[in-house]
Amino acid sequence: MAVEMRLPAVHKHISLAASQSNRDDKHLVVPGDVITSDTGFMRVGAEVQSIFSDGALSLHTRSLKYGKLGQGVLVFVSPSIVKRQKTHFHNLPCGASIILGNNGYVWLYPTPGQQDEEAGGYYTSMEPVSLSDREVISRLRNCLLALAAHKVLLYDTSVLYCYEASLPQQIKDILKPEIMEEIILETRQRLVEHEG
Amino acid sequence: MAAVQVSEAEKVYVMHGVRDDLRLDGRGCEDYRHMEIETDVVSNTDGSAKISLGHTDVLVGVKAEIGKPKAMVPDEGYLEFFVDCSANATPEFEGRGGEELGVELSNTLCKVFNNRHSMDLRSLCICPGENCWVILIFTSQEENLLQCDGNLFDAISIAIKAALFNTRIPKVHISEDEEGVKEIELSDDPYDCMRLNVKNVPCIVTLCKIGHRHVVDATLQEKACSVASLLISVTHRGTVTCVRKMGGGSLDPESIFEMTEAGKRVGKALHVPLMELLQKEESLGKKRQKVGFLG
Repeated sequence: MAVEMRLPAVHKHISLAASQSNRDDKHLVVPGDVITSDTGFMRVGAEVQSIFSDGALSLHTRSLKYGKLGQGVLVFVSPSIVKRQKTHFHNLPCGASIILGNNGYVWLYPTPGQQDEEAGGYYTSMEPVSLSDREVISRLRNCLLALAAHKVLLYDTSVLYCYEASLPQQIKDILKPEIMEEIILETRQRLVEHEG
Repeated sequence: MAAVQVSEAEKVYVMHGVRDDLRLDGRGCEDYRHMEIETDVVSNTDGSAKISLGHTDVLVGVKAEIGKPKAMVPDEGYLEFFVDCSANATPEFEGRGGEELGVELSNTLCKVFNNRHSMDLRSLCICPGENCWVILIFTSQEENLLQCDGNLFDAISIAIKAALFNTRIPKVHISEDEEGVKEIELSDDPYDCMRLNVKNVPCIVTLCKIGHRHVVDATLQEKACSVASLLISVTHRGTVTCVRKMGGGSLDPESIFEMTEAGKRVGKALHVPLMELLQKEESLGKKRQKVGFLG
C-alpha cells in the first residue's frame, strides 16, 4: 500500500529550528515511526485524505497536535471494537494519555507537560519515564487487551472503568483468564449503570 | 522469525522499563506469562501434551518404536525429533524458511534431550546390540496471531517434558526358540507398560538481552528491541546441559555469566510446579475435561 505524505503546515518554533541545524538528521520520520492523524493513526502515516484507484493513500497532518510520537506503548486490537467518536485523543485522569486509532492501533503514552504540546513531534524526549507513569501505562495496556479479548467496545469511559476495576489486582495478573473475567464483569456492570 | 516493527522511541521506553524491572505488561524480568498445559490430547500416540504460552501453542506427540541401537552405544536407546513448522504459523515458515528452522530446532532439541544425563537411555534397551526403543518425538506449532513469540524453545521443552511424562511404553517379553532366533512379544494388556523417568529432563529457558539487562519469555515487541539471546537448558537440580547463543548481536562474557545464573534460577524454579501440575492432572484421570488441540 503506497502512501504519499503531505505536510503543508510546517509550524516550527524558531528555537527548535536553530537547534536542529547542527544535527545530522535528514529524515524527520522514518518507516516504523508512529505518528498521529485525524481519523486514527497508522504506523507511518497521518490523516487519510484520499484513496487513489490503485490503492495508494494520501495522508496529511492538519496541525501541530498531529505528528511524530515519542515514548509509549502501541497496542493492537481489532478495528471493529474501537468506538467512532469526535475526538480520539484522551487524557485519562489516572495519569496517562491514550489515542484510540480507528484502525485498531491504540497508543498509550505518559501525559506530556505543557511545553511539549506545541512541539508537534519535532523533538522526541528520550528521558526515562517515571516508574509510576509506567505502572499506569502497563495496567492500561493489560486492560485494553482484556477488553479486546471480551469484545467490549473501546472508548475512554470503558477503558477508564476497566482500569479502576483492575486496581485491586497486580498488573501482571490482569491477563490471567479468571481474573480477566472478573474485571470485565465489573466493567460491564458499571457501563450498564452508566448508560441506563 | 517474523518480527514486529518498533520505533526508536518505543525501544527506549522498553529498555528503560526492563532496567527498572517493569516490563510492558507489568511482569518482572524473570516472570513467565500465563501457561496452560494439557496431556494425553492425541489418541493414537503413546504420549502427548499441548501447551500454550502467550501466543504460542505447541503440540507434542511421542511414539515408541523398536529399532536398532547405535553402534557406539549398544546398550542404550535414543530419541529422535521431528519438528514441523507449518506455513500457517508465520509467513516466514513458507517454503525453505520453515525447513531450515525445523532442522535448527531438531538439532538443538537433540543436543538438549538426547543424552544420558537427561534421560535414562539404558532403560530403553531391549536386547543389547540388537533391539532398543526409539522414542520419536513430533512437534508442531500453531501461532494465534501469525507471529512467532520469543519463547518457542521454552514452550517446546516444557511440552516435551510433559509428553514424555505422559508416555506409556508397552512392556516386551523376549522369547528365544530352539534355533536361537529371538522373538519380541509386546504385552497385550494395555495397562502393562513402563513409564519414563522424566526427573532429569531439562527445560529450556530463553533469555533475551535488552540494553544491559535480560528478560525471560520475551513478547514480540521486546524481541524486536533485543539483538542477542541465550538459550539455556536447565535440569531440576540447576545443572546446565546446553547453552546456545542466538541472534546477530554480541554478548560480553560478564553478560553471559549473569544470564546463565539467571537462567539456572528460573529453570530450576520451573520444574517443581511443572511436576506437581502434571501429577495432579494425571490423578484427575478420566474425569477431567479434555479441550483438545483444535478446541
